[in-house]
Amino acid sequence: MKSNLKVFLKGILDVSPLMIPVVPFGLIFGVLAIDVGFSPLETMGMSLIVFGGASQIVLLQLFSGGASSLVIISSVGAVNSRHLLYGAVVSEHLSDLKLIWKIIISYFLIDQAYAISNEYLKKNKDHNRYFHLVGAGATCWVIWQSTTFLGIILGAAIPEKLGLSFAVPLTFLALLVNDFRKFINVIVIIVSGLVATFGYNYIPFKAYAIVAGLTGLIAAMILTKMIKTNE
Amino acid sequence: MSNWALIIYCGLITYLTRFSMIALIKKEMFNDRIREVLSYVPSAIFPAIIFPAIFLDNSGSILIEDNSKIMAALIAALIGIFSRSIIATIFSGLASYWFLIFVV
Repeated sequence: MKSNLKVFLKGILDVSPLMIPVVPFGLIFGVLAIDVGFSPLETMGMSLIVFGGASQIVLLQLFSGGASSLVIISSVGAVNSRHLLYGAVVSEHLSDLKLIWKIIISYFLIDQAYAISNEYLKKNKDHNRYFHLVGAGATCWVIWQSTTFLGIILGAAIPEKLGLSFAVPLTFLALLVNDFRKFINVIVIIVSGLVATFGYNYIPFKAYAIVAGLTGLIAAMILTKMIKTNE
Repeated sequence: MSNWALIIYCGLITYLTRFSMIALIKKEMFNDRIREVLSYVPSAIFPAIIFPAIFLDNSGSILIEDNSKIMAALIAALIGIFSRSIIATIFSGLASYWFLIFVV
């Protein structure tokens, strides 16, 4: 069995390539948060407390559009509902752990750490294998906090004319690149996008993100079912 | 609601999505069907941010003509499909956008 430190370091090493895209993402978040009117301290607090890039940008987007707090909080929950899946998948590797470790690991269960550590957890049966997830998660944490901080500082120096807010749809587009090749995903993307665009002004309380997301998920449910019955 | 309360509630709900499955719920409660549908969450929800940010102007009305964002997003999507790189997608989109608004 490898030492805890070695497994932790392996987690850091494995997740590192996935950190490259997090850098511009964190910078954009920091810049935009100041732009839509959060104080530097609140912006930093958001990255520390929420620690979820996509949902933090959704928060900013809805906040600047004047959405109510309830709508913002439920949209953040909807964006992060994918973590339910991550938790369910890794839980079998963590079932023997003390509650305190489960509490700590949950904070670090983010997209990149999940993607990379799930592979390691599947292949490894050592008792301390969860240190891999802690190492990967802690690496993301350091990158996310430091790029948020840099974004806050840079924010004042970046001219508005550059239209950096366009980086938001681009970032989300980039997160979907692997889904563009799959038929069901493409349909779900188009359905959700159209509902959000045409419903933007008509769906009350700026709840368009939730309505579009749910419509997309219903489309996914129907399509996956249809394909199964045809097989 | 103050900004801080908003941030804390968003943090709480996010933490719960991570913690609940690890600590509270047994794995058996999560069948393959639910897993499959949850795997579509990014495809279902991210377009709700992408599309309005591209197709709507500042006042919220649909803008198709003379909208550089559409062309730039198409270029970014194509680069993304072929490169499968997050960085290449973001930067090709920004570069085309700047080219279209500052040069063309």
